[in-house]
Amino acid sequence: MALELDGQSIELDEEGYLVDLSAWTPEIAKALASGEDVELTDEHWDIINFLREYYEEYQIAPAVRVLTKAVGKRLGKDKGNSKYLYSLFPYGPGKQACKYAGLPKPTGCV
Amino acid sequence: MADYDVPEITGEDGIVDVPALQPDAMKSHGPWVSKPEFQDAMHFPTDFNMPEDVSAYGNTDTLVENWKERALDKMADLKGRYRSLQVFLDICVKCGACTDKCHYYLGTTDPKNMPVARQDLLRKVYRRYFTFAGKFFGKMGMPGFVGAAELDEDVVKDWYNYYHQCSQCRRCSVFCPYGIDTAEISMAAREILDHIGMGQKYCTEIMGKLNKIGNNLGLPEAALADTLEGLEEDIYDETGVEVKLPLDKKGAEILLITPSADFFAEPHVDGLMGYAKVFHELGLDWTLSSYASEGANFGMFIGSYENMRKISLRIRKAAQDLGVKRIVFGECGHAWRVAYSFLNTLAGPFDFLDQNYPIPQHVLEITEPALAAGKLNIDKSKNDDMVLTFHDSCNIARGSRMGAKPGGQFDIPRNVIRAVCNNFVDMPADTIHDATFCCGGGGGILTDDLMDIRIKGAQPRMEALKHVTDKHQVTHMAAICAICKSQFTKVVPYYGFSMDMIVSVHQLVSNAIFLTGQLTEEEIEAKEAAEEAEWAAAREKAAAEKAAKESEEAEKETSDK
Repeated sequence: MALELDGQSIELDEEGYLVDLSAWTPEIAKALASGEDVELTDEHWDIINFLREYYEEYQIAPAVRVLTKAVGKRLGKDKGNSKYLYSLFPYGPGKQACKYAGLPKPTGCV
Repeated sequence: MADYDVPEITGEDGIVDVPALQPDAMKSHGPWVSKPEFQDAMHFPTDFNMPEDVSAYGNTDTLVENWKERALDKMADLKGRYRSLQVFLDICVKCGACTDKCHYYLGTTDPKNMPVARQDLLRKVYRRYFTFAGKFFGKMGMPGFVGAAELDEDVVKDWYNYYHQCSQCRRCSVFCPYGIDTAEISMAAREILDHIGMGQKYCTEIMGKLNKIGNNLGLPEAALADTLEGLEEDIYDETGVEVKLPLDKKGAEILLITPSADFFAEPHVDGLMGYAKVFHELGLDWTLSSYASEGANFGMFIGSYENMRKISLRIRKAAQDLGVKRIVFGECGHAWRVAYSFLNTLAGPFDFLDQNYPIPQHVLEITEPALAAGKLNIDKSKNDDMVLTFHDSCNIARGSRMGAKPGGQFDIPRNVIRAVCNNFVDMPADTIHDATFCCGGGGGILTDDLMDIRIKGAQPRMEALKHVTDKHQVTHMAAICAICKSQFTKVVPYYGFSMDMIVSVHQLVSNAIFLTGQLTEEEIEAKEAAEEAEWAAAREKAAAEKAAKESEEAEKETSDK
């Protein structure tokens, strides 16, 4: 699979995740999201930016609980839960948000 | 949610009626094929060309050189290594007792998902090349006369597709008068496929991560340490008690081996906090290991003894390096089967552990007797907002045991639930204990590219669940397997349930346990309010700083102009 963007072809794996994580740009995130009929709002970007920061430090996506707690701290307790994250990323914050953020997909029994 | 064809459930008697056959209903290309680099890490052959797309899966030019010979060589190797496999391939009389016992057949109506027919995809090739009758009639060009068939491209495609529509749950085996273990046949088929260039991406990618980093997730030590620290904070916030989740603590008495999903996913992580509270309250000195931070062992799913052993040896090494005296397993179905049934063969002898305890031990074997002896302070009413039912996980129900008595693997989890909850109702008898239906995601099927079969395969369990939710007011289903929990969380919404109805058994313990020194609810509320105020202040401050910076920039821009 590949994503065509501004005349460039960006390689994706079978499930639409970036193959070369360092190739990520905000434009790629927008293109990946619009491919799934999601328009990225500021609320989405809050999550995506946090995911990227976390990945930078730990080389993996944060656990759901780590993510919800961080969101709660930053955006208020009413938003620090899975429900809020699923409202933004209906296919699951772990997988869908990671895809837009250019992170590898979490694998295993999750 | 994406669009899938979801079977209808009624909840009438909790049992799915045997459906009419629809040949080829699930004929497909199967899951994503594993790249040579993933195969290499598993020590499988890599001399094949990655198919351009799924339509090319199984085509001769995407398989290894001399694929037919090599597939048959592998089959010969496996039947020589495992006497059981040869027996299972020989003794089936096609009585049909297994046909309607498979959740994938019930959910898909595809006749090749009848266990006998799925097994026969391999058996007919075995017959053709390894039995006198098959060789004889094969040479005459009529192998079908004795139920044999040539090994060709189409057979390989069927293998890849249908052996990934088996979760190796072994429900059919319970009803087989000969005791044929279908799972063993599926495992052998996958091992053969791995040797001809048709590995499954999901399983091999994961095992590669485990071998490199220590767990299926690829969760590095620093991230694991940070996650555990976060959980300690959470427990402290909720109880006011400092419960530790130690990592790599040398000299601890117990090494806890748990699926890495327990560090990562919901509701798994709530179960992990439950184990931690139980250990804390019982005064047990325990630790996790960053080297062996995985209970799951996908080597079993792909029938690879070598890979299963390699993964198991990590546990042995961690136990020795940390100098522990006991190994305890958390809530994971196939991990417990591998641990209970095979660990000693794979990675023993465990003569360096304390022989006074079961080797290995299940965390429920610690919690249950402690509850029975009144060693834990329990307030059952904390779970009064739920009416529970319990899903027996296949690999625990049919591949292992717990405690000292037969059937302990059924009774012990239920005893624990009853000890911490006031409301418990079992699902219909034909769907629990050793007749339990698979969640639909076991055995290496828990991957997004197999969502269709996962949803359909869940139908029998969903029907039973609907029965108890409709007729007995059940609100939640507890499970003791990471795969079951993840599969259900993902699949129940398709059947009209809410994803948060799935809970870990130790999550229920965690809810009900009152730790020594725990704060009262009022005290915790006050603490939470203070914390939220602190966060709100931090947010306000950040917003103010941002605004100040923006106005400063705006000013700068104006002055620049």
